[in-house]
Amino acid sequence: MASYFSPQYLMLLLPATAGLYAITPQRVRRVVLLLASYVFFWAVSGSLIVYLLFSTLSIHHLGLWLELTGLTGKQKLAQAEPEQRKSIRASIQQKQRSIILLGVVIHIGLLLTLKYSQFFLGNGNTLLRILHMPAILPVPHFVLPIGISFYTLQAVSYLLDVYRGKIQADRNLFRLALFLGFFPQMMEGPICRYEQTAQRLWDAPKMQWHNFYLGGQRILWGIIKKMVVADRLNIFILNVFSGYDQYDGSVIALAAICYTVQLYMDFSGTIDVALGSAQLFGVAMPENFQRPFFSRTISEFWQRWHITLGTWFKDYIFYPVSMSKPMKKLTSKARKRFGHRYGPILTSSVALLCVWLCNGLWHGSAWNYIFFGLYHFALIFSGNLIQPLVLTVTERLHIDRNHVAYRVMQALRTCVLVCIGELFFRAEGLRNGLKMAWRMVTNWSFTPIVSGNFFAYGMDAADFILVVAFLVFLLFVGLAQERGARLGERIVAKPWPVRIAVYYAAICFLVIFGAYGIGYIPVDPIYAGF
Amino acid sequence: MDRLLELLEEIRPDLDFETCQDLIDGHHLNSLDIISIVAEVEDAFDVTIPTVEVIPHNFNSAQNLWDLIVRLQEEG
Repeated sequence: MASYFSPQYLMLLLPATAGLYAITPQRVRRVVLLLASYVFFWAVSGSLIVYLLFSTLSIHHLGLWLELTGLTGKQKLAQAEPEQRKSIRASIQQKQRSIILLGVVIHIGLLLTLKYSQFFLGNGNTLLRILHMPAILPVPHFVLPIGISFYTLQAVSYLLDVYRGKIQADRNLFRLALFLGFFPQMMEGPICRYEQTAQRLWDAPKMQWHNFYLGGQRILWGIIKKMVVADRLNIFILNVFSGYDQYDGSVIALAAICYTVQLYMDFSGTIDVALGSAQLFGVAMPENFQRPFFSRTISEFWQRWHITLGTWFKDYIFYPVSMSKPMKKLTSKARKRFGHRYGPILTSSVALLCVWLCNGLWHGSAWNYIFFGLYHFALIFSGNLIQPLVLTVTERLHIDRNHVAYRVMQALRTCVLVCIGELFFRAEGLRNGLKMAWRMVTNWSFTPIVSGNFFAYGMDAADFILVVAFLVFLLFVGLAQERGARLGERIVAKPWPVRIAVYYAAICFLVIFGAYGIGYIPVDPIYAGF
Repeated sequence: MDRLLELLEEIRPDLDFETCQDLIDGHHLNSLDIISIVAEVEDAFDVTIPTVEVIPHNFNSAQNLWDLIVRLQEEG
């Protein structure tokens, strides 16, 4: 079961789980979901399921320990003399901090060991060689369990939320296990918070036709995006990125655009399948995309792309760092020195740098991912710096910043910057990424595009036309959604003959235009690798 | 409330804080604006806004932010 698009998932695990869920009473339904989740994990990662079980058991225990420490402390406080209270409070806080530190060290440490030890130790050996010393660091090769980057963040957020008093520790191990291991979110997210899904999953509501249609059509929409567009672009992208030195700069630029489209279609398509699968069981997982290519700035782009990862970094890294006591003091000093606008920019850049280093590293243990993170840090930081200047200039020139032409220009600029970032993200190493970018600058020629030679590189004219037509369709869908249209709900509200006709048309479209069979290579689920 | 509106307009003069109800959900404010707002509010109203209160709801409108300030002042 390599992905949510595999027949094993779509034709076996999901229908079997939904079928069992539909015919069993509530108490059994939650067991069905938990068992299906572990079967899914086992089918993908085999015995590596022990990592998930370990994470579940440890956060359950640590959560309860945190809460117990708080409760015991409160009892002590209630019995203590007023002058003793301050020291008791400090002692409770110290103990809770130690527990949370232990939890974070265990979970992030495990992730670092499994995912990054090869990268860091390999680079350590390179450094030793540069210093003419023997490369003695042993470089381990661990096999990663599926979804570790996702469920680790969920586990850590649970612990931190218990620590902050935002949620209560869950006494029910199985509810926590289901929250952490729910199979639709396991491969590529979304990264859910405990209060978003845990209780709803445990409630295991009765299956309803409304949810069934909504979920089913969302799954179909995700499959279409992946099979019609992402898979269709794959050979062209593989060819150009693996042999970029044979192609003109214009073809490399086209490949970077195609990869950005592919990544969006693959990732958002997978999220559609994940959210649709959860919807079948009446569970609304958080949205992970909100039409990111309509963004006017890079900062806004990251509020619309992989939303749950962005909010995780914001809530657990950006705000805690930038709102820590030392940083607040620094912000206050910087505001006095550099003014209300630039003072906070300079100090929050520390937190922003932490976020983007983590974001880059989270995606993978390679220098091109770190570069990808730093590239976005530089864009957002410089965007913040020049924002007042932009406001002044546009006002003096009497440019309406809300005019559609200005907004389109901003969105196009954001798309270009995103595509450049994705070039490095996809490149086979940072060196190749830089060489590709350099080739785009030094070896630019429109000849392959104008002459149509690029149709021989893995996608013919019909393939390109189909992709462009689909993107135009998606643009109109996006515009309607930006205006608040809930298209999925609208289809479900139609009379059943219309609904069936829409589904039938969508399936026919998928069968006719899906990129499968001879001449196509389906793209591996990209984000599952992270 | 007037002092808060004044303060918010100093930070983002391009936004209409009196009417806008989706400052976060509508992507009008970014995290940097939030940091600036928190710093200004803490100074102006002598409150400490804990990280756990930095949620979209509290910053979606000037009124919601005002409610938060009043609550934090009451809690001491």
